[in-house]
Amino acid sequence: MTAGPQKKGMARPQIAWRAAQDIPDGAIVNLGIGMPLGIPNYIPAEREVILHSENGLLGMGPPAKEGEEDWELVNAGTLATTLLPGGSYFHHADSFAMIRGGHIDICALGAFQIAANGDLANWNLGDGVRTPTVGGAMDLAVGAKRVFILTDHNARDGGAKIVEECTLPLTGLTCVDRIYTDLAVIEVTATGLVVLEHIEDMSFEELQDKTGAELQQSADWKPLEAPDLD
Amino acid sequence: MINKQVSNLTVALAEIENGATVMAGGFGDAGSPNDLIHGLLECQLKGLTLIGNGVVAEDFGQGRLITAGCVVKYIASFPRGPGTTIFDAGTPTAHIELEVVPQGTLAERIRAGGAGIPGFYTGTAFGTPLAAGKETRQIDGKDYVLEQAITADVALIMAKHADRWGNLVYSKSGRNFNPIMAMGAKLTIVQVEEIVELGELDPETIATPGIFVDRVVEVENPTTLYGEP
Repeated sequence: MTAGPQKKGMARPQIAWRAAQDIPDGAIVNLGIGMPLGIPNYIPAEREVILHSENGLLGMGPPAKEGEEDWELVNAGTLATTLLPGGSYFHHADSFAMIRGGHIDICALGAFQIAANGDLANWNLGDGVRTPTVGGAMDLAVGAKRVFILTDHNARDGGAKIVEECTLPLTGLTCVDRIYTDLAVIEVTATGLVVLEHIEDMSFEELQDKTGAELQQSADWKPLEAPDLD
Repeated sequence: MINKQVSNLTVALAEIENGATVMAGGFGDAGSPNDLIHGLLECQLKGLTLIGNGVVAEDFGQGRLITAGCVVKYIASFPRGPGTTIFDAGTPTAHIELEVVPQGTLAERIRAGGAGIPGFYTGTAFGTPLAAGKETRQIDGKDYVLEQAITADVALIMAKHADRWGNLVYSKSGRNFNPIMAMGAKLTIVQVEEIVELGELDPETIATPGIFVDRVVEVENPTTLYGEP
């Protein structure tokens, strides 16, 4: 992998690539808006994964090609999408029964803050300026069997996004299972945050300095790597 | 003879009163009954409570009803759609009362309303600001929030095909909130692209049985945000 001269760490598509490697064959997966939408591009071809979209699709395909959009067929971000053979349509209450009822294996979301105990804040900046928009995030946070977070390790101002306790309005309590950032892969465990992988050209101590919660280094940690991606 | 077909949008939207609670289907622009919503503007109603997933554009669909000043309260999960600033501080719609509801809770509250279930417990939103002040309960060691059902005076629904009994068939992701909203209103009004003869709809594909529908109006070329496909 290559890192930009000014910044250590993986590019956003590489974060999506890394998360995609942890999606097993046969998984039913729901993807939030933003970085998670890149995941399907990088799921190994031999694995069959079914994408769920909370607006009533199972077996969602890739985004519609320009000029081929069908606006009756949109994804959770209201962009034109496609349906694969075997796909199905259903109404919103059934769609969230799938989510709340524990039928979704993995949900990948973005985050403003993640706490050491797995609390998640990703819906409301709490600034009283922008209208908060929760969408399906709270249902997904409590309902999916596993919740992956894909995020920049630090906010644009350099502040920590992984913190001891969230200060922003919460999306869900103790709901995050694994965090993928440009610097590390971190598992949320009952005894705290365990670093499974981190980029090789950053020491564990340096990673800890960039994190607002205490990290533990897994005994069998690996370097975080991803191929060059355009 | 049962015939729920009405001749035009004006007849379809007759007898809706000021202060009514109105639900409208749609997610993004898919399944949004835009001709009914825009038709409602001509009724010059005031004080509406509107229930929907969210505004897609300020001057279109639900957004147009809100910016025109017809709505005093909006219950939605994604009130401010991508690219809009509606309800943000400093905008003309900032004063409108907003109830932000997690999308699955919104869907289930509507479904419960139509199913005669007054409330239910869900783990969604427990411990978050959206559960503030709500009754909570532990069941089998897990924490849940009591959510109340939603019903409405009017539901505005978009489907693809209907028959004169009000049976409905939807198109793709245009189904979304429409079937559950159709169940939960005193007056359910549907716009469809085509009304077909009784018996032409395959009973296996009817997603909303006509029992939930009061009026159907044919709009052959529905108004869409993105123009004709």
